[in-house]
Amino acid sequence: MRKEAEKDVILHVEGISKHFGGLQIIKHVSLTVKKGERIGIIGPNGAGKTTFFNLLTGDLLPTGGKIYYKGKEITRMPNFRRAQAGIVRTFQKNNLLNELTVLDNLLLVLQRKRGMANIWFKPRNARRWLALFEEAEHLLQTWGLADIANERVKTLSYGEQRQVEILLGIAMEPDVLLLDEPTAGMSQAETNYIAELLRQLPKDITMMVIEHDLDVVFGLAERMIVLYNGSIFIDGAPEEVRSDERVNEIYIGKEKAAGASYL
Amino acid sequence: MNKRMFISAAAILLLAAAPFLFSLFYLNLLAEILILAIFALSLNVLVGYTGLVSLGHAAFFGIGAYASALLSKEWSPQFLVTMLASLLIAAIAAAIIGLFCVRVNGFYFLMLTLAFSQMIYSFVHQSTTLTGGSNGLSGLPSPVFGTLDLSHPVFLYYVILLVFIVMYIVLSLMVKSPFGHVLIGIRENEMRMKAIGYNTTLYKYAAFIIAGAIGGVSGALYSTFNGFVSPNDVYWTMSGSVLIMVLIGGAGTMIGPVLGAAFIVVLETIVSSYTTMWTLIIGGVFILFVVFIPQGIVGFGRALTKPSANRLSFSRKAKALVKKEANQ
Repeated sequence: MRKEAEKDVILHVEGISKHFGGLQIIKHVSLTVKKGERIGIIGPNGAGKTTFFNLLTGDLLPTGGKIYYKGKEITRMPNFRRAQAGIVRTFQKNNLLNELTVLDNLLLVLQRKRGMANIWFKPRNARRWLALFEEAEHLLQTWGLADIANERVKTLSYGEQRQVEILLGIAMEPDVLLLDEPTAGMSQAETNYIAELLRQLPKDITMMVIEHDLDVVFGLAERMIVLYNGSIFIDGAPEEVRSDERVNEIYIGKEKAAGASYL
Repeated sequence: MNKRMFISAAAILLLAAAPFLFSLFYLNLLAEILILAIFALSLNVLVGYTGLVSLGHAAFFGIGAYASALLSKEWSPQFLVTMLASLLIAAIAAAIIGLFCVRVNGFYFLMLTLAFSQMIYSFVHQSTTLTGGSNGLSGLPSPVFGTLDLSHPVFLYYVILLVFIVMYIVLSLMVKSPFGHVLIGIRENEMRMKAIGYNTTLYKYAAFIIAGAIGGVSGALYSTFNGFVSPNDVYWTMSGSVLIMVLIGGAGTMIGPVLGAAFIVVLETIVSSYTTMWTLIIGGVFILFVVFIPQGIVGFGRALTKPSANRLSFSRKAKALVKKEANQ
C-alpha cells in the first residue's frame, strides 16, 4: 500500500477473497479506486457483485486479503464505522424504515451527521434542530420528494421507495457511494430521472454502481469493471468493454446466441 | 396538545386526591398498580421502543427488591438511600447481563434474558444466609425520609406516586429525544440503522441498562411497600406477567404499559376473589387480546378514534415542538 499511498487513491483492495463453506464467491480481487472516479460494475447474476460491495461496506468480512480506505486498513472495521467514515451504500432491495415517514428516515441520517443523535432528552437547542429540518426539506425538494415527506415509506410506490433509498445514501454526504442496482424495478421514466440525478452528484463523490441497465451504467461510468465468477474479467474504459467480444459472450451469452446484441 | 395536557393534569390530580377518595384497600391497590406500571414502563423501553423482547426482566425487579430490602435491614432505612442504591445496583447488573444479551437478537435474546434471570432466581432461592432462601426476607423496617416516618400508607402512597411521575416524565422525554428516535429506528430496521452509521449494539446496550435500572427502582418500591420480598419476585412468571402488561396495554406507547398494569392488577383482584383459578382467566384474556387486539388497549382506542393517524412518525411531533421553542 505504501507505494500507492498517493493522495488521489481513496480505496485500495488487495487480493480479497470470500468463500462460504467451499463456495468461492470472490476470488482474489484487487482494485485501486481514485477519488472522484465513477465505476460501473457489471457481470452476470452470481458473479459476486453484491458480495463484493458487502466486503467493501463491512456487511461481510473477507476470508482473505486487505482493504485500504484513505490509506488506512479497514479490512475488519465494522460496517457502521465505515458508514461514519464515508463509505456509504444503497441496497439492492429497498431496505428502509417502512413504518416511518420519509422525513423520519431522513432525519435519522441527518441527526447523526450533525452529531445530535446522542441527545437523550427533549431537544435543547431548538435552533440547531430547526436547521436540521430545513436541511431535510431542502434535500427532499432537490430530489422531488417534498410532496411525500410525511407519507409512510410502506405506502409509497416501489419507484419512490427506490428514490428514498438513494436519497438516504446522498444525505450521508459520502466520500464513496456504492449503489447496488439503483434503478432495479423502476419504470423507464423513473430510471432516466434517477440516472440524471446520479450524473449531477458532486464530482468529488467516488461512485461505484452495480447496474443491469447498460444504458444507465454506460451513461454514468467512466470506468467499467466486468465481474465474472468472482474475479475481475475486464477493467477498462466503457468503449473498451462495449467492444469486447468476450464480454458479450459472458454477459449476455444466451441472447447473443439468439442473435441479439445489447452492448 | 392542550387536550393532552388537560388529561394529564386531571389524571395527576385524581391520583393525588386518591387518599381522600378511596378506602385503604383501594389505595394499596392503586399503589401496587403504580409500582408495577413503573416496572412495565421500564420493560417497554426494550420491548416497545427497541424491539427487544425480554423474558427475564424480573431479574432487575428482583435485584432492586432484594437490594433495597437488604440495605434497609442491614444499613439504613432511608428511602432515598435505598432507592438510589437499588437503581445503581440494578444498573450495574444490567450492564453485566446486557454485555451478553445485546449481542443477539429475537429468539436468542429472549432465551438469554430468561437464562440470566433464572440464574439470579436460583441464587436468591438457594442462598439462605444472604437472601433468606425460599422464605425471602420479611419484617423490613419501614422507610424513613429524613426524620419523617413513611410507615403511614398515605405517606408511602404519595412517595410512590412521586416516583411514578418522575419515571414517567423521564421516560417520555427520552423516547421523544433523538436517542429515542434511534431506538425506534433499531426496532424498525437494525440493518438500515447500521448502514447509516449507527452503532446499534451500543444503543441497545444503553436501552438495556436504562430498562434494568428503572426496573430495579420498581422492585425497590415493591419490597418497601410490601415490607417483604420473596424469590417469586425474581421468578420467570414475574417476567411473563410484566410482558403481558406491556402487550395488553400497548407496546411502544407511554400510557399503554400503565393501563396494562392497571388492567392486570384489577382483573387479578376481582377474579381471584371469585375463583382460585384466576390465572386461567388472565391467560384467556391475554389470548383474546393477542388474537383480536394485538395493538393492545391503546392501539384499540386509537383505531376507534382516529384510524388513519400515523402514530409512529416522530418527525412531525418533533418539528412542532422545535418550532414552538424557537419562537419563544
